[in-house]
Amino acid sequence: MSAITSYTQVRPYTRGWLALMAGLGAVIAVALGAVWHMEHQGHWVTGMTNQVVWGLPHVFAVFLIVAASGALNVASMGSVFGRVGYQPLGRLSALLAVALLAGGLAVLVLDLGRPDRLSVAMTHFNFKSIFAWNVILYSGFMAVVAAYLWTMMDWRAKRFYKPAALAAFGWRLILTTGTGCIFGFLAAREAYGAAVMAPLFIAMSFAYGLAAFILVLSLSFKMTRRSMGDALPARLVRLLGLFVAANLYFTALHHVTQLYFAGRSGVEAFILWNGGIHTALFWGGQVGLGGILPLAVAYGGCGHAPRKRAMMASVMVVLGGLAQVWVIVIGGQAWPLDLFPGMEASSTFADGHVHDYAPSAWEVMLGLGGIAIALVVTTLGITALRLLPAHLGEATGSCRSPD
Amino acid sequence: MINRRHMILASGAMLVAAPATARQAGQPASAAQRWGLLIDTSKCGVECTVCVEACKAEMGLSGHDRPRTDAQYVRKVNVRDPATGAAHSVPVMCQHCAKPPCVDVCPTGASMKRADGIVLVDRHICIGCRYCMMACPYKARSFAHEDQSGQQPHLPRGKGTVEGCTLCVHRIDEGKPPACVEACAARARGAMLFGDLNDPKSEIAQKVAREATTRIRADLGLEPGVRYQGI
Repeated sequence: MSAITSYTQVRPYTRGWLALMAGLGAVIAVALGAVWHMEHQGHWVTGMTNQVVWGLPHVFAVFLIVAASGALNVASMGSVFGRVGYQPLGRLSALLAVALLAGGLAVLVLDLGRPDRLSVAMTHFNFKSIFAWNVILYSGFMAVVAAYLWTMMDWRAKRFYKPAALAAFGWRLILTTGTGCIFGFLAAREAYGAAVMAPLFIAMSFAYGLAAFILVLSLSFKMTRRSMGDALPARLVRLLGLFVAANLYFTALHHVTQLYFAGRSGVEAFILWNGGIHTALFWGGQVGLGGILPLAVAYGGCGHAPRKRAMMASVMVVLGGLAQVWVIVIGGQAWPLDLFPGMEASSTFADGHVHDYAPSAWEVMLGLGGIAIALVVTTLGITALRLLPAHLGEATGSCRSPD
Repeated sequence: MINRRHMILASGAMLVAAPATARQAGQPASAAQRWGLLIDTSKCGVECTVCVEACKAEMGLSGHDRPRTDAQYVRKVNVRDPATGAAHSVPVMCQHCAKPPCVDVCPTGASMKRADGIVLVDRHICIGCRYCMMACPYKARSFAHEDQSGQQPHLPRGKGTVEGCTLCVHRIDEGKPPACVEACAARARGAMLFGDLNDPKSEIAQKVAREATTRIRADLGLEPGVRYQGI
């Protein structure tokens, strides 16, 4: 299929292209201004404290990084699993994976207390740290996916196509495992500290990445007036439904396991029942908007055209995903550490109390800046290289073909 | 005039000061030693913050009157058993674990454990990722959220890096006990005993061997160097 697919670059410097880049550039400029303010003043101007040490920037960063590995799945479907209908999408899939990772890492690095010491992080490694492993995994992901993209684009590298695809697929699974383990390895935090965090993050990545891919594919086709039949969106939205279901399954498994442990009933009651904003985001955002509604849209046949359904479901998954990462990152920290199990505790350092957190505008700006960076990289990529199919008509496969 | 109270306090001060010997310049810390604390919470009054104030003075923790972001190396945690009503006031600081999770998770190796068991942050290579704060079960670390004033020469503090109790490593290397221990002995009830847990002749090692002691969250298996009595 990919052999007969023609790819064309996006024409630059059109009015729409310039408007898009100017808009994204403005968001990035605002984000950099926010970073300058936060670094100049120190983190006390953010909502983060000594209790909630990772805030909204980490929500955006984790979402983007997790989505990055998931965005590559479309390419893997075509190459590793031999689904011919997905092969024309492989190039954009690889580009988006790199772009999302760049955006996520930018947010993560710019929220460090000392972002100027990035070189230290690249030269000093504690190999017992899953964080250090992630530095290597993220850098390696960029290189592996770039090589994979090269094998997709250069016919002389065709013989490396399959090995590169396998390497990229394996790498992405390990990468998301590593991201999940950042939380899974925290034994003392009651909301985490479980091996299921790794497969949960993989399921999250499948859903977020595909949703981001569908949005970018649909918008880029619409903005460049490329044709797309109904078969592909119908196929993609069904696949998205499957990933959303997997995410719900691992979420349920995580919470049922937690509820089974008597010592963790407190944190579970907090997340599921009386945690205020965290509970609202769990049920309303993560489960409702990001889980049940996309499933209904994907499989319920709401009457809209497949392309519209795919877009609707993807927007829901992205918003629900941000809510899910909020619940994991912020909700998990809001629940206090239990130094004295079974006892009531209080102190001047907020022991024994649920920690409140309200993100500052600076954090919001930085997080949105990460998304803008990902979109700029994507736009530049499809402008400079032939990554976007000229059209995706009915030839991409039958609507009824099994996924 | 010396009264009985002063005599008791003075003996306590001698007790904590006696075990430590100064480390010579250029001589590395030795794994033969394992510095630790034994805190008797039955001597800790709810209102007493002598150890906390001594720490702030010694470490130059002037703060910015922002409790959510100001650093606290030592804090008093008031603990109450809801079933019995029994209450304690417990000084909590870095527990200087033998298996510190902050050291395990630190990506650059800035979080480190000295050979003699003291857990420190190398602020020259700390990138301020705060993963150690996520990993510490004792909430013993603080993040320098802003520029710091009133710093002490022995504890330079950098905005954007993580910090915590050093067990007054600068004093230990000079053969002195930590500031909190010394202050507690001099101005409170001598609830804190400092010494080398590896030295069978030390008061702390003998007391730990003789009497029942506990460690906070001993179930995590981190083998803290700080032990407690009375909780």
